[in-house]
Amino acid sequence: MIIIGEKISIIAKKVREAMNSRDPKPIQELAEAQWKAGAHFIDVNIGPAEEKGGELMTWMVESIQKTVQAPLCLDTTNAAALEAGLKAHNNAWGRPLINSTSNEPDRFIMLELAAKYNALCIALTLGKGSLPADAEERCGIAAEIMGRAAEYGVPMEDLYLDPLILQVCTMQDQAQHAIKAVKMFQELNDPPMKTVVGLSNISNGVPKDMRSLIDRVYLTLLMYEGLTAAIANPLDKELMDVVKTTEVFMGKTLYAHSYLEM
Amino acid sequence: MSFVAPKETYNGKVLGLDFGKGDKAVAIGGESSLPFLSFEGTIPNKPVIAYEIQDIAPDDWPESVKEPYKDVSNDPVTWARHCQDKLNAKAIALRLVSTHPDRGDRSAADAAKTVKDVLAAINVPLIILGSNHIEKDASVIVAAAEAASGYNCVIGKAQEGNYKTIVAAALAHNHKLIAMSELDINLAKQLNILITQMGFDKSRLITDPMCSALGYGLEYTYSVMERIRLAGLMQNDATMQPPIVGDVGINVWKTKETSASETDVPGWGRLEERGIAWETVTSTSMLMAGTNLLIMRHPKAVETIEKVIGELS
Repeated sequence: MIIIGEKISIIAKKVREAMNSRDPKPIQELAEAQWKAGAHFIDVNIGPAEEKGGELMTWMVESIQKTVQAPLCLDTTNAAALEAGLKAHNNAWGRPLINSTSNEPDRFIMLELAAKYNALCIALTLGKGSLPADAEERCGIAAEIMGRAAEYGVPMEDLYLDPLILQVCTMQDQAQHAIKAVKMFQELNDPPMKTVVGLSNISNGVPKDMRSLIDRVYLTLLMYEGLTAAIANPLDKELMDVVKTTEVFMGKTLYAHSYLEM
Repeated sequence: MSFVAPKETYNGKVLGLDFGKGDKAVAIGGESSLPFLSFEGTIPNKPVIAYEIQDIAPDDWPESVKEPYKDVSNDPVTWARHCQDKLNAKAIALRLVSTHPDRGDRSAADAAKTVKDVLAAINVPLIILGSNHIEKDASVIVAAAEAASGYNCVIGKAQEGNYKTIVAAALAHNHKLIAMSELDINLAKQLNILITQMGFDKSRLITDPMCSALGYGLEYTYSVMERIRLAGLMQNDATMQPPIVGDVGINVWKTKETSASETDVPGWGRLEERGIAWETVTSTSMLMAGTNLLIMRHPKAVETIEKVIGELS
């Protein structure tokens, strides 16, 4: 299971303030803590970053990779900022991951960047207009994106299909549709397509003390259907323990009494 | 259209290590494919065979494997020299049998002296093994490790019941270490975790999943070894990547097939050939399962296995 550490996000006040004042320390500390907790990628969410986006992303990438030897997941809707991040990224520690393309025309450019910089790319199965109603609709959008990726020269194995997780407290039936989509996405190609979710979306809006429980039970169900990666909080130890335990049940890790310590 | 052979790709790699000193040091492990599948990965080191000797005369060995050593086996130093000089041993495994409470109960200090004497007489790498008595080994191997300080030996075997003191000795005197568990892949992994949690680098570890002989549970050993290899190579399980040792001789030469006389079982063929064949077949199977280091007894079996390794490499 690939964990993409979600903690470095403009939504968090501490991170936002550090970004604005160009203070690398809080960001580097978060990156290091997530990496040590087992994150494979560190997500860098700078938001739309309309002003000085390129400069900000370059500074973020360089600051983080000064501290951790991990690849980054570059998370912004600003294509120029994203390209600046790809240029600054140290690929010796793994290929960067673009977050994300979708079926919205202004996101097509992300595939172009993925091809140009040999990056991995998340594809959100979100079309023009309304939210996808069910798993079948998500597959339809996925197929369109896959066709477009082929045109741009992005190999299928570099694409991570994201079914778009919606909050359970207001759209309960969508929880099942997304699980089914993860299963169906894999059947769209041989070898199977890779899949990713933004996990904490599921528990958006629920009382704070229930979020971790909801996240980890949902992740177990998704993993059972073959999920490849999750954007999640690696500092949530109970969540990470659930990941390790599920991997034991699924035969991906060999059991030993101390498996949680590895 | 030309035929392209399907190839397996592996995520992990077996750890490599060396033991011994100078130009006689030997290296094992390091491969990035299943045994002998050199078209699927790199195999930097061939499996190595160590000749087994012991610190007292081998009274408990069957006649046909006692015979080749009859003039040298009364003294471990002479025996070790014979293996090195006459049999061209690449490594020697000295088993401190006489320290076992039921086999003479010699002291740890005595054992240390034997180790010192043997090391002074040879220049090939030495593997130092206890008598497989959990409590006694803890003191014997610690003393032996100290006596062998600076020789970069392999010491063992550390088991669940005594690993703490033995690991500490390997750490203090810079030796490589055999970790043995009893035919259980999950316990093998657990022991490796516990040992590395003491600060012992996994790249200095050798796994012994417990050997057995043909007809006496060989398929269990084979299966555990194979699964260890698959976990290390396919799942990139870092705790399952140390090289593997197969302690073959001691298991083979206590079976009925290697000692039952021709008059008792006329249908089983010549006794000497039978024993050699038993050790050869068992060792070959261990190689197929992923063994990097074999501990063997009969020179003719060793000779054949050397040939097998040469032809498969």
